[in-house]
Amino acid sequence: MRSVLLSILLLAVTGCAARGGGRSTASEPSAAPDSAAPFPSTYEPFPSTPTVIRGGTVMTAAGEVIPGGEVLLRDGRIAAVGASVDAPAGATVIDATGRFVTPGVIDTHSHLGAYPSPAVTAHSDGNEITDPNTAEVWVEHSVWPQDPGFIRALEGGITTLQILPGSANLFGGRTVTLRNVPARTVQGMKFPGAPYGLKMACGENPKRVYGERGRAPSTRMGNVAGYRAAWIRAEEYQRRWDAWNEGSRTPASMPTRDLELETLAGVLRGEILVHNHCYRADEMAQMVDIAKEFGYEIRSFHHGVEAYKVRDLLAREGISGSLWADWWGFKMEAMDFTKANVALVHDAGARAIVHSDDPIGIQRLNQEAAKALRAGRDAGLEISENDALRWITANAAWALGIDEEVGTLEPGKRADVVVWSHNPFSVYARADQVFIDGALILDRSDPARRPRTDFEVGLETGGIR
Amino acid sequence: MRGALLAAVVSALLPAGAPAQVIAIEGGTVHTMVGAPMPNATVLIRDGMIAAVGTDVAVPAGAVRIDARNRVVTPGFFDSGTNPGLVEIEAVDPSSDLRAPTQEDLVAAGFRVADGLNPNSMVIPVTRVAGITTAMSRPQGGLFAGQGAIIDLFGETREAMIVRDPAAMFASLGEAARGAVQGARGGTTMLFREVLEDARAYGRNRQSFERGEIRELSVDRVDLEALQPVLAGEIPLVVEAHRASDIRTLLTLAREYGFRPIVFGGTEAWMVAEELARERVPVIVKVLQNLPESFEKLGATYENAGRLSRAGVPVAITTGDTFRSFTLRQEAGNAVAHGMDHAEALRAVTLYPAQIWGVADRYGSLEAGKVANVVVWEGDPLELLTGVANVIIRGQEVPLVSRETLLRDRYLRLGPERAY
Repeated sequence: MRSVLLSILLLAVTGCAARGGGRSTASEPSAAPDSAAPFPSTYEPFPSTPTVIRGGTVMTAAGEVIPGGEVLLRDGRIAAVGASVDAPAGATVIDATGRFVTPGVIDTHSHLGAYPSPAVTAHSDGNEITDPNTAEVWVEHSVWPQDPGFIRALEGGITTLQILPGSANLFGGRTVTLRNVPARTVQGMKFPGAPYGLKMACGENPKRVYGERGRAPSTRMGNVAGYRAAWIRAEEYQRRWDAWNEGSRTPASMPTRDLELETLAGVLRGEILVHNHCYRADEMAQMVDIAKEFGYEIRSFHHGVEAYKVRDLLAREGISGSLWADWWGFKMEAMDFTKANVALVHDAGARAIVHSDDPIGIQRLNQEAAKALRAGRDAGLEISENDALRWITANAAWALGIDEEVGTLEPGKRADVVVWSHNPFSVYARADQVFIDGALILDRSDPARRPRTDFEVGLETGGIR
Repeated sequence: MRGALLAAVVSALLPAGAPAQVIAIEGGTVHTMVGAPMPNATVLIRDGMIAAVGTDVAVPAGAVRIDARNRVVTPGFFDSGTNPGLVEIEAVDPSSDLRAPTQEDLVAAGFRVADGLNPNSMVIPVTRVAGITTAMSRPQGGLFAGQGAIIDLFGETREAMIVRDPAAMFASLGEAARGAVQGARGGTTMLFREVLEDARAYGRNRQSFERGEIRELSVDRVDLEALQPVLAGEIPLVVEAHRASDIRTLLTLAREYGFRPIVFGGTEAWMVAEELARERVPVIVKVLQNLPESFEKLGATYENAGRLSRAGVPVAITTGDTFRSFTLRQEAGNAVAHGMDHAEALRAVTLYPAQIWGVADRYGSLEAGKVANVVVWEGDPLELLTGVANVIIRGQEVPLVSRETLLRDRYLRLGPERAY
């Protein structure tokens, strides 16, 4: 057990109390008490009763599709899944006959809260565009929990989402993973035990933003020099702290804390996951080499419009691809798209993920996955609905380091469940009921179970009359 | 190198062989858009036009036969607000011809998108292979953005693609106009009136204008001239407006100046549905918009299209997107998921746009005598898992190939042979 001071340095690292850790990162960081990390999660599951969902087609995202299956939610967890389950007396029964039951949908890429609705300058807090390296900022300090986009996303079945800083900077700052529950504070939404992420960005955005200001980086080679210079400083910082921890440990000799380098050092220790905005294939390969040079891992390439061109590399390096179904054309690095991108990455054996990066798209990741599935079939690839469901559940959970906690309907996992009106790959599918940790957070048929944000109060139909 | 690549792409996009004179689409469920769907019907196409539709159509010998059994046949989809052929890459400014020359050009009524139309745009094939055969290509920006054109997404020249040009004048009220004018709504509306009054004065005193014997007018001659068909009611004035009160402002202006209004966007149009229905003012709706993105869109709801439709307002559904016009069926499908009648949603991407844009004599339905823009779908056209089987534009079957599919096929294998 390392020192409390080091624990403070680690900041984000919390043991996943109940079940031995939600991460599946390569290294196992030391556990630190929540109280040692600033801005600890205060999330508490909403009240729930034992609930059995019966009669629907259960799509577990763990390989099984069970027609007329049953799912038992108890104490906030999935207690049982199968053709039939032993429901306790008095359990709430949800009749899902003719409907479909899936895990809660997870988005690896959202800016909700940081770029909320309404999109006014006063609330535009997603990009700290003042330096190409702002690894010191944490996006949670920009998240406005009253963004109505959270509720709209919930209506689309989103139960967990990662909020990232924007892509103006080489190092945009820390990400945060949230439970999609109504809350007064962002702490009340933070996914307990989820590791932090670091947003990095390749390509056009950083070089444009800073090049226009006559400063570095103004080119892609400038981008790479910027990443490497920062990692060199992070290595040195880590060495300084390691030496102190292993040496005198006197207050007088304690190195000065540096928020930027704490985050980068957290990556080097494998405790913070790298989420790398990167469109072009050749740049992804260069980012892989930078990661090797400094000994860290890239958890997910985001956007990756050209991921299909280096899907073998992604598979070999164990890097997931957080991708769109069909976005393209808005800038040069988004020109070489194919609708088969997600399916080709999947087919190569890498973890494919359908992400949104959009407050409208996040509301129908199921439809985006449907389009990507169709494109895969058009390309002649064999892809099951279970595979496509994993693109928006289990694989996304892995990218966020919470796949032991969420992402499939398997006993022991958090009871995040969506009951859909139709097959989720149908354009007509609506999320009828959404459970988070076994609690019914949204019920489309019950006005009393349709959360709304403070912002919407009195504004729902354009004013009180 | 680059030229060779382009040439290869272009040649792959051209239809193979000579166009068929006669095509028979047989056995499908035909949604003509003017009656109930006809199971097991035949659509006969001759010389680019629909020759016959029905269950007892004789197919002449030598016709190219398309087997549409277990499939669905509809008119080609019509996106009322996209820009294929006007922009290649959004952020690459020189490749974009959506806007009049300067941001300061608030009144660019004389600007015609058709002049910038590129028939070889890579965006055209990627759009049409998804069953979008016709589009209203609209100008953007400023208080008066200019004149839009209706185009078919097929043809070697601009002239060959154009269905109607100019088809409409585009303008804006509310925040879009505010952004251009940098002022309050009262100011933008004042400018709007000034432009229309000057156009009216110009129209009544052309000779005085030419002799320099008229008071100074607020905008250029080309703009004043371009507004004459609007004042004469020959083309509609399409106004982007979202707040209910802005839509009412538009209705007031239309009554004052006698133009034919069309609401573009119309986020809160459902709140004004009765008035819009009474005055038969159409609304071009982007369905997938339910966030209060701004204070003029607080009433945003996915139910907009359905509510307007049920109130009797003419509705066309659009993507409002240049590069993802191919998601038009997703927009329509989501309208159905949020209360719009399925048949009405199909008409909102076929017949109603043709009617709204004044080309229903030739477009919008599968009836003898209309232009043969026809799509064969493997199932429900609005479902995202449904494949597109055949796309026919002006009687020619279009290969289901675009730069997107070519890149896919190029990278199906990752070995060195890929480079050729």
